[in-house]
Amino acid sequence: MRHEIRFSGFGGQGIILSAVILGRAAVMYDNKHAVQTQVYGPEARGGASMSAVIIDEEPIFFPKVTMPDIYVIMSQEGFEKYGAGAPEDAVMVLDSSLVHSRPKCTCYEIPATREAKQVLGRDIVANIVMLGALVRVTGIVSEAALEKAILDSVPKGTEALNIKAMKKGIELAATAGSKP
Amino acid sequence: MTKLEFWQGNTACAEGALAAGCRFFGCYPITPSTEVAEHMAVKLPKKNGIFIQMEDEIASMAAIIGASWTGMRAMTATSGPGFSLMMENIGFAAMTETPCVIVNIQRGGPSTGQPTMAAQGDMMQCRFGSHGDYSVIALCPASVQEMYELTARAFDLADQYRVPVFLMADEIIGHMRERITIPDKVAQTPRRELEKGVLPFQPDAQLIPGFATFGKGYGVHVTGLTHDEQGYPCTTNPKVHAALVQRLVDKIENARTAIADYDVVNPDAEQVFVAYGAPVRTVRQVLHDNPRANIGLLQLRTVWPFPEHALTIFKHAKVFLVPELNLGQIAREIDRHVKVPVVSLPKLGGDLHTPSDLVAALEAHK
Repeated sequence: MRHEIRFSGFGGQGIILSAVILGRAAVMYDNKHAVQTQVYGPEARGGASMSAVIIDEEPIFFPKVTMPDIYVIMSQEGFEKYGAGAPEDAVMVLDSSLVHSRPKCTCYEIPATREAKQVLGRDIVANIVMLGALVRVTGIVSEAALEKAILDSVPKGTEALNIKAMKKGIELAATAGSKP
Repeated sequence: MTKLEFWQGNTACAEGALAAGCRFFGCYPITPSTEVAEHMAVKLPKKNGIFIQMEDEIASMAAIIGASWTGMRAMTATSGPGFSLMMENIGFAAMTETPCVIVNIQRGGPSTGQPTMAAQGDMMQCRFGSHGDYSVIALCPASVQEMYELTARAFDLADQYRVPVFLMADEIIGHMRERITIPDKVAQTPRRELEKGVLPFQPDAQLIPGFATFGKGYGVHVTGLTHDEQGYPCTTNPKVHAALVQRLVDKIENARTAIADYDVVNPDAEQVFVAYGAPVRTVRQVLHDNPRANIGLLQLRTVWPFPEHALTIFKHAKVFLVPELNLGQIAREIDRHVKVPVVSLPKLGGDLHTPSDLVAALEAHK
């Protein structure tokens, strides 16, 4: 079945890398198909950033996201621009330490940036915390596939920190519970 | 053994070139083609190749022409504004029969237009953009896999026909990442060298001269002026000029069946889409969503020389529908070759046709 996942936050959070890692996990380690796209614009640093992945067991023809069913939102501006219109049957994972709005759909509140900074010591891995949470609540790819794709994609020397961040996300999602 | 990867189209283009033996890349980076240059800049030095960032696209084109005459497989990559600058030297490459590969990741034009948005507005420019009569070869990928395969094939075609070959992709295919299966090895057919005792621009039966590589002992004069078979300027003899230009065109147009690369779906259909590049993806989605409908697809991977014989496969066609990210450049070409109506489905602005756009067109032209 075709799933469309939209990531949004501000430039510098690793919004695009998150989508690349998720697509890579699906293709390389879960033997699925994926197409990753992103918004290329002058707002690349600081402004609202958006990327998307389509994941399917079957080959993907139309490569553009039409109606996402899964949202990962990491900034208030990103919510307003790319998350506020989420339909009621969608699932949203949002960084509750940065986003104060809440959607109409099922929502998992993950304080990713706060936890990354206070518990892991580096807020730069907040996007990986969000990926761990996303995979835990949606099962869109396997946790093993996500772990391998993260290891493929992060800079040398940061592997342990990033895996810790992923596990933190899985743990936070397990206790977050969903809010309709 | 093949290898699975999750690559961007532009990465696949660069890797396809490297696999085909490209060892010279000269360019001036421009969105949305820059990733091709970035990838070549990292990889070429490790393969004993040369990456050079030139001062502009005019010089980039000149650099790959020079590299090609030393026997190297050479490529450049650009987008609209750079493509316009390349036109003068593209004509020089056509006139001097220099094998080279030009990648154009098309963006919205005219002028600097929309740097980050997709378009297919350069399809006629790649065919006719330089002055005078000549012919070229243009390939259009519709997936990351085809970015790899068609880039690799472009080098063989360039060497075989001694002509500039264009990879006419678009921002959507260049920038998206998707699944790709990489072959162990890409077949390479090398350029035919000039034989002893034969003049450097004396054609064979296929109208193509053997190649007199620089540094191998040939004293060959290479000029953009009209030249005789020896390569020397001969600019006032009408017969020499007519024969040369006619040969430059005929060597490509006579081979259109051999060069043609296309895919046919539902040849008995009455409503037939003809598409190349990103719009192919929307057509395939419509075919997938409406499996019982009587809809056909002709996917063109070669657009120039135009494979008109492929249109005759659809014997029951009542209408040809042509979705393009331009105002109907190839629709007009198709119209020259068929008797049934040809409907142009243009889309400007950077967005791809949606499946519902095309379903609406099918309804409107029943």
